Amino acid sequence: MHAVEVRDVRKIYRRYGRRKSFGTLKSALLSGGVLRNLRPDTTFLALDGVSLDVEAGRTVGIIGRNGSGKSSMLKLIAGIGKPTSGTVRVSGRVSALIELGAGFHPEISGRENVFINGMMLGLSKAEIARRFDDIVSFAELGEFIDEPVKTYSSGMYMRLGFAVAINVDPDVLLVDEVLAVGDEAFTHKCLEKFAEFKRRRKTIVLVTHTLDLVTRLCDEAVWLDGGKVRAAGDPKRVVDAYLLEVASSENRPRTEAPPDPAAAPDSNGAGRWGSREAEIEQVELLRADGQPAHVFESGQPMRIRAHVRAPRPLQDFVFGIGIFTADGVCCFGTNTDIEGGVPRELSGSGDFTVDIDRLDLVAGAYKLDVAVHRHDGVPYDYHRFLYSFRVASPVKDTGIYRPRHRWTFGGGITIAEPPGGQP
Amino acid sequence: MLANLRQVFRYRALISSLVARELKARYRGSVLGFLWTFANPLLLLGIYTFVFTVVMPGSRGGTRLEPYALFLLCGILPWTWFQTSVLESCTVLVAGGNLIRKVLFPAEVLPIVTVLTGLVNFALSLLILAAFLAYYARPVSAGELAWLPVIVLVQLTFTLGLSLLLSSLTVHFRDLRDLAANLLTLWFWGTPIIYSMSQAPERFHRLLGWNPLTHLMVAYQSVLFLEGPYDGWPALLWLGVLSLALLGVAYFVFDRLRDTLAEEV
Repeated sequence: MHAVEVRDVRKIYRRYGRRKSFGTLKSALLSGGVLRNLRPDTTFLALDGVSLDVEAGRTVGIIGRNGSGKSSMLKLIAGIGKPTSGTVRVSGRVSALIELGAGFHPEISGRENVFINGMMLGLSKAEIARRFDDIVSFAELGEFIDEPVKTYSSGMYMRLGFAVAINVDPDVLLVDEVLAVGDEAFTHKCLEKFAEFKRRRKTIVLVTHTLDLVTRLCDEAVWLDGGKVRAAGDPKRVVDAYLLEVASSENRPRTEAPPDPAAAPDSNGAGRWGSREAEIEQVELLRADGQPAHVFESGQPMRIRAHVRAPRPLQDFVFGIGIFTADGVCCFGTNTDIEGGVPRELSGSGDFTVDIDRLDLVAGAYKLDVAVHRHDGVPYDYHRFLYSFRVASPVKDTGIYRPRHRWTFGGGITIAEPPGGQP
Repeated sequence: MLANLRQVFRYRALISSLVARELKARYRGSVLGFLWTFANPLLLLGIYTFVFTVVMPGSRGGTRLEPYALFLLCGILPWTWFQTSVLESCTVLVAGGNLIRKVLFPAEVLPIVTVLTGLVNFALSLLILAAFLAYYARPVSAGELAWLPVIVLVQLTFTLGLSLLLSSLTVHFRDLRDLAANLLTLWFWGTPIIYSMSQAPERFHRLLGWNPLTHLMVAYQSVLFLEGPYDGWPALLWLGVLSLALLGVAYFVFDRLRDTLAEEV
C-alpha cells in the first residue's frame, strides 16, 4: 500500500502585480477592474508533472538544487498547498517538520505553547496532556518549560518544536531541512528518532541538501530538477548522479551531456556511472593462492584487485570498496580517504589491491561496489553491485558477520562434539 | 465549505487557547497591560466628556443625556471592540504568515481569534461600565438587560463577517488596511456614539438607519442608559439576519481565496 501517492502533479505559483510583489486596491481601481488584478500577471511553474509513490514504511529523500521544487513538493504532501493539477493522496496522519516552533508565542510559557502548537498540529488537549512528559524530556527543558519561550536559547526553541511535532505520532513524517540548523547533539537525537520511526514502519519523506543523510538514511531518493523528477531509485545512484551534474555544471558549463542516470539501472540497483575521468577497467576477486574465484571460504583471505586508467593526470581521487549482502545491506565499506590516504597523482594505468586477511562473513551471496571518485564524492567511475561472490561455510550460522569465536563449558555441562567456530 | 466549517468547529479548543494566549500575552508583557487595553476608550471618554460638557456645554442640544460620561461609555466600549477587531483582522493573516505557510491549519482561525479576543476585552470593559452605573446609581431594568446578550451576539456576527472578509482581501490588497482605518473614522462619526439619535436632525435619520452600527449602538444605549422600553428590537433582529448573511458571504469569499493565502502572505 502506498502511504503517499503523487500523480502527475503540477504546481503553478502566481504572481500578482507587475511592479510590486503584492497588489493594492488603489492600483486595481486605477487600472480598472478589481477582478483583473486578482488574476495572475506571471506564473511560475514549480512542479511540472511530478509523480511519486512512497510505500508505507519507506524513507524517501528528495534532493535537488534550490528552487527545484523540493519544498513545494513537501508542502503539497503536507496539504499546506493544493496542486494546480494532478492529485496528492496521503493515507494516515501527517506531521510536517517544515519549520520548528512555527507559531510559538514568545510571551507565554513553553507549557502553554506546547498545548497550542500541538493543537495546531491536530492533537486534542487530552492527547497532548498524555504526551506532555515525553515532549518535555525529549526537549530537555526541565523546569524551563514554565518560563516564557522568549527566554529560550535557539537550541531549546528548536528542540521543543521538534519534540511537539514528532510527538504527534504521525504515520507520515515530512521533514524539510530541519537538521541543518541544530547542533551536533540535536542532530544526533533527531536521527535517532528517525531511526525509531523507521523501525516502527512509519513513512518518512525528507527534503535535504545533506546528501550524506540521504544515502545513510533513505531507502530511496528522488532528484528534482526544474520541477521534474530527474532520477529516482537507489539513493547512492541518485545522489552520485546529482553530484556529477553539479560538478559538471561547475567545471565546464555543459560541454558534455551529463550521463543519463536512467540508462543503466535494473531492478536490484546495479549499475555504473561517473564522469570517466578515471576508469575502473577490471576488477578481480582472488583467493589466497592468487587464483580468480567466485566462492570463498568463510574466514579465509580474499583479495580485491582493480585496474584503473586515467586519460589525463588527476590529483584528486579516492578509491573505495563496499561489500553488501544480496539484499543490499552494507557489511563493510571503506576508501582511501577515510583511511588517511593522501592522493598525489593518478596518471595512465595503475591498479590497487585490497587484501582482506579473514573474510569473516556467514555463508551467502554478496555484492561488491568498487569506485573511484573525487574527494567531495563526485564519482569518476562508480561500479554499483557489479561484482558478486559467494561465501561458503560448513556451519549454517545466521547474520552477516561471523567473528572468530569458540564455546567453552564448565560445571555440570557436557557437550559431546564441542562446537568450534572456525573450520 | 461545510467540511471546512466542521473543521473550524474541530479547532474550537485551539481557538479558545489562542484567545487565552492573546490575552495572557497582552497582560503579561507589561505591568499596565490590562489598563492599556482600556486606556484608549477611557481617554476618549475623558476628552469627549470634557469637550461636550465643559468646553461647549450648549452643543448637545437637548439635555436628556445626563450623565453624559455614562451615555458615551455605552457607545464607546462596543465601538472599541468593533474598531480594533476590524483593524487587527486586516493584518492578522500577514502577521501570522509563518503559520499559514508552514503549518497546516485553517487560516480563518486567526481572524476569529482576533474578534473573540476583542469580545473578551469588551466583556471585561463592561465591568467599567457596571462601575459607572453603580456610581451614578442608575437603575437598569432586568427585562431590558436580557437584550444585552442578543445585541452582543448580533455585533459578534456582524464583526466576524466583516473581519473574515477584510482579512482575506487585505492579503491581496495591502492598502485595504489604510482604507479601512480612514473609513472607520468616518464610520465613528456617522454612528450615534457621542450624540444620540434624537439629537441628529430628522432628515439624517434615514441615512443613519442605513448604518448597521447605528442599530447596535442605539440598542446598547436604550438598554443600558435611556429610560423607557427598548423598542428598536425589530431593526436589531433584521440586522442579525443580515449579519448572518454577511458572515456566509464572507466565509465563501475566504474559502475561495484560501488556497492563495499561503502563497501571498
